[in-house]
Amino acid sequence: MVSEGMGDVTAGFYERTKKYRWVIAEWMMSTDHKRIGVMYLIALLSFFSVGVVMGFIIRLSLLAPGWLADQQTYNEFFTIHGVIQIFLFIIPGIPVAFGNIFLPILIGAKDVAFPKVNRLSWWLYVTGAVLVFLSVFIHGRPPDTGWTFYAPYSIQTPANISTAVMGVFVLGFSSILTGLNFVTTIHRLRAPGMGWFRMPAFSWTLYATGWVQMLATPVLAITLLFIFLGRFLGVGFFDPTKGGDPILYEHLFWMYSHPAVYIMVLPAMGIISEVVPVFSRRSLFGYVAVCMSALGIAIVGYAVWGHHMFTSGMSDTARVIFSFVTFLVAVPSGIKIFNWVSTLYKGSIQVDAPLLFAISFIFLFSIGGLTGLIIGALATNLHLHGTYFIVGHFHYVMFGGAGFSIIAGLHYWFPKITGRMYDERFAKLGWLNLFVGFNILYFSMFVLGFLGMPRRYFDYPPQYHAGHVISTMGSWFLAIGLVIIFANLIRSIFKGERAPMNPWGGKTLEWTIPSPLPRENFQEIPVITRGPYSYEEEAR
Amino acid sequence: MKKKQGEGLSTETGHIDYTGKKMGMWFFLFTEILFFGGMFLLYSIFRYKYAQDFHASAAEENIVLGTINTAVLLTSSLTIALSIAAMKKGKKDSSCYLQLATVLMGAAFLVIKYFEWGAKISIGIYPNSPVLLALGKGEILFFGLYYVMTGLHGLHVLVGVIVISFMLYFTRRETINQENYARLENTGLYWHFVDIVWIYLYPLFYLIT
Amino acid sequence: MKEKYAEDHIITTGTYTAVWLALLILLAATISVAKLRLLAKFSVLGSLIIASVKAGLVLAFFMHLKYEGRFLKGMLTITVAALTMLIGMTFVDVWLR
Repeated sequence: MVSEGMGDVTAGFYERTKKYRWVIAEWMMSTDHKRIGVMYLIALLSFFSVGVVMGFIIRLSLLAPGWLADQQTYNEFFTIHGVIQIFLFIIPGIPVAFGNIFLPILIGAKDVAFPKVNRLSWWLYVTGAVLVFLSVFIHGRPPDTGWTFYAPYSIQTPANISTAVMGVFVLGFSSILTGLNFVTTIHRLRAPGMGWFRMPAFSWTLYATGWVQMLATPVLAITLLFIFLGRFLGVGFFDPTKGGDPILYEHLFWMYSHPAVYIMVLPAMGIISEVVPVFSRRSLFGYVAVCMSALGIAIVGYAVWGHHMFTSGMSDTARVIFSFVTFLVAVPSGIKIFNWVSTLYKGSIQVDAPLLFAISFIFLFSIGGLTGLIIGALATNLHLHGTYFIVGHFHYVMFGGAGFSIIAGLHYWFPKITGRMYDERFAKLGWLNLFVGFNILYFSMFVLGFLGMPRRYFDYPPQYHAGHVISTMGSWFLAIGLVIIFANLIRSIFKGERAPMNPWGGKTLEWTIPSPLPRENFQEIPVITRGPYSYEEEAR
Repeated sequence: MKKKQGEGLSTETGHIDYTGKKMGMWFFLFTEILFFGGMFLLYSIFRYKYAQDFHASAAEENIVLGTINTAVLLTSSLTIALSIAAMKKGKKDSSCYLQLATVLMGAAFLVIKYFEWGAKISIGIYPNSPVLLALGKGEILFFGLYYVMTGLHGLHVLVGVIVISFMLYFTRRETINQENYARLENTGLYWHFVDIVWIYLYPLFYLIT
Repeated sequence: MKEKYAEDHIITTGTYTAVWLALLILLAATISVAKLRLLAKFSVLGSLIIASVKAGLVLAFFMHLKYEGRFLKGMLTITVAALTMLIGMTFVDVWLR
């Protein structure tokens, strides 16, 4: 049966099987979801760091326009920053890292439904990443269109668009396969007794996300193919001189890229749904509503893409419809926020790092979401589209939301993945710097945007100077915070205290198996007799 | 398929989850629906905007070859469906012949396509050609869509032909057999999907005159 | 012991052949509708409806969907509905500009 008490201090799933001569071959050829997940995690965090450095440089260059980068280079900076952070970090993000490592365990399975397809997803991810980086470094200029690759500029610019677009295409295919794998896994491999409504909320969000990955990503794939065909064969679907329509590009692009933000945030919300109950020692309030709202967000979120295009020349009727549906999608998100807060209420709260980051998520995502309503309204959108207000909004939801959730997950599952505990004091110090820096950096953007500062501009009139300086200083605190957090985690991998099997008192299945995770998830597949959060049964 | 709630099936206990594999294939086909769907979206918008030009251009398509190709694909769907039924009944040789017939018909489709494209290219109609660019905007779009949509479809046919050939090989070697035919069935699902895409492409490019 | 297919149902050669013949008849029908302008303004719609009937036959019988569970049928419906919505909403833009 599973071991009790102190974690198994052997190497767990890291142990060499000696099947291959080289360690790297053993890992790259592995079909073990835990190994694939860990490799993804390392890659993701590395790319995130590169993206952060790019962002840091962008903010530096905005201190005194032109001193660090000319206009062309600036365009390339924000393009690469966006492509890396979105396609290499936050979209694959939680599903490929924590989803891979924990989904099978959370539902009591030995692995995902299609382990070899999982490995293919990983290889495609690596290939896509290589292509994206190639587009920066090979002969010719790096992409300068913004991560949105709008036609007709993306068809006409001499930059290395085709390589970058091919990379994103491959990354998209990786994402589709991951979604397919997870949805099948949840349908077919749940342990005996684990009905749909005994699954942890995190699994539900991975399920909803999987459907979005499957049904939205192919639209991006065909759109990118159209760019490619436009550049190489002169196919002019978005070129007015050939009868095409650039607005159609925007439609097709956002048909994926809006649901993509739900790929980013749904699993992040899933992590919050796991952390909050554990650290309040209370069952998740309104568990069924939380799970259903994940599906609700996925479904409604599929129909709002036009709100990225309100100033593009779309018809009035279309704009009204998209704005209305955009307001609707706030409802299921609101349900989740309400339920997390209700879980905390009258709970026995332990403010450890995972909870600190989770509560930050609730606060920061709420700000992001509320500002989303402001720009979801047609009249205000006209003034705010294309300004820093938008930049502030999406950084609050993507970074303050999904980013903080990833950091929460890193701390929450750190003992389980590494077999060690991180240092709580440095985690909190890092959090403080990150949180303060984050708000200075991004809140000032709301002000800048409201006052009219356009986004993606490398230069600006003097009245925006103060705002930019404040924002950049915020980025310094944020960077210090991230350094402290990651240095703490990295150091703790080697020097941290050995972790017990269940340091947090969690009730989900990963806390019933050793830390670090063993090679075989379960000696025997468990039979499930209760829901995933049953704190009320404990004697007080 | 009815399943008791919570009844899990582990992949490692030696049981092969046929239902799971089939589910995975269907999910992949759903993604393909969206992939081709993006092209159908463009077609419908451009057709709406340039109805006259689309009428005129479609008249230039070779309806005989298009119809033959449609019949060929429909028949190839029949043969692969029969080949799977034969496998379920343990009739290895029948299954092999039927798979071979499917492959040959798929190849025939591609050959006919080659001639169709060849005919157009020889009169100067291909993306970005001077002849094409001199035509009306709707016509430029029509032929752009024609090449892109039938091209991607043809690519899918080619992949299908190759995959079915592999299945034929596995069937001969009895790696696919009466107990173990998920791969063949999934290949069939893919092939039928490719057929369905053509069922829609055909009227849109050949018949809307 | 291996798991057999959930629905152990083999469609007969007769049924398959009947479906195939129906498909060929529908092919002839769709050409007639177009060539003879049988439905005039609605010829495109007519062709697409006939195409959908053909697709439906392929799905139901060749792809076995008639004998599959509600979940798969439901998800196919949702997928097609999603695509319809995407095209429809885009039309609301283009049509009403």
